[in-house]
Amino acid sequence: MTDPRKARVATVSLAGCFGCHMAILDMDERLIGLMEKVEFDRSPLTDIKTFTRRCDIGIIEGGCCNEENVHTLIEFRKNCDVLIALGQCAIMGGLPAMRNAIMHAAEPLRECLEEAYISGPYLRNMTRLIPNDPVLPLVLDRVYPCSEVVDIDYQIPGCAPSGDIIYSTLATLLDGRFTGFDREDIRFD
Amino acid sequence: MTGESFVFHIDGVAVTAKPGQTIMEAADAAGIYIPRLCDVEGLRHQGGCRVCTVKADGRSVSACTQPAAPDLKVENDTPARNRVRRDLVEMLFHEGNHLCPICEKSGNCELQAMAYRLEMTVATRFPYLEPCRELDASHPDIALDTNRCISCGRCIRASQDVDGKGVFGYVGRGIHRRVAVNGADLAHTDAAVTDHAMSAAVCPVGCIIRKDEGFRVPIGSRHFDHGLIGHEIEEKRE
Ligand code: SF4
Ligand code: SF4
Ligand code: SF4
Ligand code: FES
Repeated sequence: MTDPRKARVATVSLAGCFGCHMAILDMDERLIGLMEKVEFDRSPLTDIKTFTRRCDIGIIEGGCCNEENVHTLIEFRKNCDVLIALGQCAIMGGLPAMRNAIMHAAEPLRECLEEAYISGPYLRNMTRLIPNDPVLPLVLDRVYPCSEVVDIDYQIPGCAPSGDIIYSTLATLLDGRFTGFDREDIRFD
Repeated sequence: MTGESFVFHIDGVAVTAKPGQTIMEAADAAGIYIPRLCDVEGLRHQGGCRVCTVKADGRSVSACTQPAAPDLKVENDTPARNRVRRDLVEMLFHEGNHLCPICEKSGNCELQAMAYRLEMTVATRFPYLEPCRELDASHPDIALDTNRCISCGRCIRASQDVDGKGVFGYVGRGIHRRVAVNGADLAHTDAAVTDHAMSAAVCPVGCIIRKDEGFRVPIGSRHFDHGLIGHEIEEKRE
């Protein structure tokens, strides 16, 4: 290698369940070898909450379901050379996007929130109110895949993606050898 | 079938066919897989999904309905054919609600498996139509989530031709054509969970759901986790 500098990687979980971050750990002992080539910047894995410098790779889990997700995603696009959408939520909205299908209602968001906080059959919401504290980020009209908000360079499929496909993608990207996924490894579940 | 068998070519490979055989039937017997969604063994051919489209002497035809002919030159597994197929599969993903991570059929689904085979990792080039059709869970043993239906008509043919019932039928025309039950809901038909139409092999996707089956076989250990769709046919190749 001409440049011995470690690649800087940032990660974030937007509208995701953290399963994709868990899947990063599924690389198991291969992580040790990988850590010789990368260092983590902003990431829940380091608990660094803002970018300390420009990063080579940004890994996004989850799509955008609120305005904070959108701001964070734009931050990542600005600060990372290569942006990877990791998992079905980041790629196509995933589980949170289940709410998109009810969006044909007259007041879709109201209907969704009312069912979630007021009228749903399995609720224990004593206040009978929809939370509206000003510190809560505003919920978007629908859940957006990352690629509808910013340009995404690579999308690693799966829910969660296997440790194998994450490893092979990262390892080949770092060496500049990534040519796409082996179709035997593609999974949407 | 009567008459002499003859030879034609698929991607340069000589294939023997009997008169009356379709291109796909002859290909299957020879261990050459032609992708398909609306065609399935045991049901009459419909020629609806067009995923099996091949070029036969330069003309685009559906391999599941087009009879093989002596000396025909068929183009099947080429980048151009597969690109068209991938577009078709991608449009099916956009037409329905295909949230694989929450679908019981995931891993056993032919649409999903076709996406894998055709290397469709993301379906985002077209807008999602996001249909909002009511779930029909009226029947004690069967549920229907038509938001995942690809209108392949396999259930219609199975119910009519095998079960002798006619539980399902098409309604509407063109892009609005949908599969519906012949009754107020499934509970108001003579559908039974033992019908061939309700068996796992008929509905290629997670639209016809047998209750109490769910995730008995875990994700990761399902049919298409063990090989690409079509590999059983390809393994017959000498
Ligand atoms: S893709 Fe699956 S594992 Fe990843 S965040 Fe979404 S739900 Fe969780
Ligand atoms: S029917 Fe198939 S493609 Fe659709 S959500 Fe279910 S597994 Fe995915
Ligand atoms: S319900 Fe299933 S078998 Fe019937 S048309 Fe729809 S996808 Fe095909
Ligand atoms: S398999 Fe031939 S048209 Fe559907």
